Amino acid sequence: MTPKGRYGKYGGQYVAESLMSALIELESAYANVSADPQFATALADLQAEYAGRKTPLTFCPNASGELGCKIYLKREDLVHGGSHKLNNTLGQALLAKQMGKKRLIAETGAGQHGVATAIVGAALGIPVEIYMGEVDTQRQALNVFRMELMGAKVITVRSGTRTLKDAINEALRDWVANVRDTYYLIGSVVGPHPYPLMVRNFQSVIGREAREQVMKKEGQLPDAVVACVGGGSNAIGIFYPFLSDDVELIGVEAGGEGITTGRHSATLCAGDAGVLHGTLSYLLQDEHGQVLPTHSISAGLDYPGVGPEHAMLRDNRRVAYAAVNDTEVLDAFRFLSKTEGIIPALESAHAVAYVMQNAGRFDKDDIVIINLSGRGDKDVAEVAALKV
Amino acid sequence: MGRIEKAFARAENPAFIGFTVAGDPDKTTCIRIARALIKGGTDILELGVPFSDPVADGPTIQKADERALMAQTTPDTVFEIVREIRKESDVPIVFLTYYNIVFRRGIETFYREAHDAGADGILIADMPVEESEEICTIAPRYGIDPVFLVSQTTSDKRIGKIAAKAQGYLYLVSVLGVTGVRDQVSDGAIDLLNRVRRHTSLPLAIGFGISTPAQAQTCARAGADGVIVGSAIVEIVERNLKDPDVMEHELTEYVSSMKKALIGDYPV
Ligand SMILES: Cc1ncc(COP(=O)(O)O)c(C=O)c1O
Repeated sequence: MTPKGRYGKYGGQYVAESLMSALIELESAYANVSADPQFATALADLQAEYAGRKTPLTFCPNASGELGCKIYLKREDLVHGGSHKLNNTLGQALLAKQMGKKRLIAETGAGQHGVATAIVGAALGIPVEIYMGEVDTQRQALNVFRMELMGAKVITVRSGTRTLKDAINEALRDWVANVRDTYYLIGSVVGPHPYPLMVRNFQSVIGREAREQVMKKEGQLPDAVVACVGGGSNAIGIFYPFLSDDVELIGVEAGGEGITTGRHSATLCAGDAGVLHGTLSYLLQDEHGQVLPTHSISAGLDYPGVGPEHAMLRDNRRVAYAAVNDTEVLDAFRFLSKTEGIIPALESAHAVAYVMQNAGRFDKDDIVIINLSGRGDKDVAEVAALKV
Repeated sequence: MGRIEKAFARAENPAFIGFTVAGDPDKTTCIRIARALIKGGTDILELGVPFSDPVADGPTIQKADERALMAQTTPDTVFEIVREIRKESDVPIVFLTYYNIVFRRGIETFYREAHDAGADGILIADMPVEESEEICTIAPRYGIDPVFLVSQTTSDKRIGKIAAKAQGYLYLVSVLGVTGVRDQVSDGAIDLLNRVRRHTSLPLAIGFGISTPAQAQTCARAGADGVIVGSAIVEIVERNLKDPDVMEHELTEYVSSMKKALIGDYPV
């Protein structure tokens, strides 16, 4: 028996026996649709006519002038729903429908994946239940309202740290109990095989488009591609089509109040190998293997794990991972809003902040693509309430 | 013959397998709990190693894990608890844990330390047979039985694979869902028992949701070699946190009542 879904030594299927049949069923259903041109057509059609793809690759003259390199934004903030999350939920919901599943469940942190799942549930006519930590329902109240408006039921999670990690725990417990007719729609490249593979493939439309667009506009590949990393789906989505190119790839994690304070979510920068939610990857944990509480100003990055493919890309150094702090993120949030009239999600502002912090590394002619994974409307109330 | 095998071979009636979380609510009380369970007639003692994210467990055992972690329980504490029990009892001891605890310590180290402390088996809740090659190589070196879960959704083909790797007993999950007390033993659990029986001569124990003597009898009548009780025991612990004397007494009484239900010819 060879273990499946490995990225180097990472990945795998570390789940309770009760879920194995569901994962085996999912693997085979996903293999079928992957080889099915009709599925590809149906998905492409939804992406174009419903989600609003392809998204622009916007050149930013003002930010470029200020930072001293050519800044392009891949505009996932313009995808219906306001983030890249719909790329994945459309694909998985179509799959769930083909599998004859009667109910979708999902976890959400920032609420963006919950919103994207509520959207596909309404559009494809499948009931949706969303698990969300109590801390996140408070800081992302607008998204709770959105989900409910679209007919999803939001279940507040009050166990553990009451954030994304615990929302996943509860979703997994629900799935075990309702495994026969429920589809668990995971929102990032985390979890057991085949989720990291499937979500990466659904998200790599971002990188395929960006690669083609930059070639058209600049006649060359970019010098660097920068994306924020929570679970890692928007990052792997834009990185994947550039992996074998001579392009610098940079993943930016949530440094929170600073890595030395212990209040952060910088899994790849400060964690080490461990198993959580069905996969072997990097993990923020104590010396005995207990998972540590995390912190980030952005609910979407507030997670102690990360996708297993990122763990491999870190070890083999194909991707560089860095962290920026909450205050730097707030500066970037304001900077992009002022210079370009584009309000980034706090998650995406991490990628912007990295480029601001490291602008000196790039020359005037260097092309830097930032994955603008989402728009910041969901965050304005929280930022407005801050005193900094 | 290991302690687990002996326990099943010796038992004339289905075995009573009692579970408690190691270190809940603290090390000293946990040892008293183990003592009470053994006094009541527990044939095999399962000790949960507390974990921050116990995804296979319902609220009762989650809270027990939290109490144990609040009391600073680590694998070292768990091994010390086993050592204490070993001073007074030969009852087989099986760890129920999540993989990250084992992985973090180093698989080989964990199994060696478990053996040195006096443990007999290890069940890793989030370790399906497909991922178990390394632990199944290491476990026999230290005389530790790798115990596996089988569920109602497990295919016949996979039951075969699991039975080929497992030692000690197979843990049949009686419900679709997490741990926690249920009203009845489902028909699905009995079907599962009959299905697994065709694949193996290993002892088969039914767990998840079992709490009453009547449920134990249903399992016994269907031919189970053991019943596993977790949440019902932890509920007694939880109810009596302020009075360990009462807790001990209730635990012993409870196990005796379950043992009695497992003896004899199970009236309908
Ligand atoms: C806008 C946005 N970007 C990024 C993320 C982080 O997820 P991932 O790392 O999977 O892209 C989230 C998560 O909620 C998000 O809402």
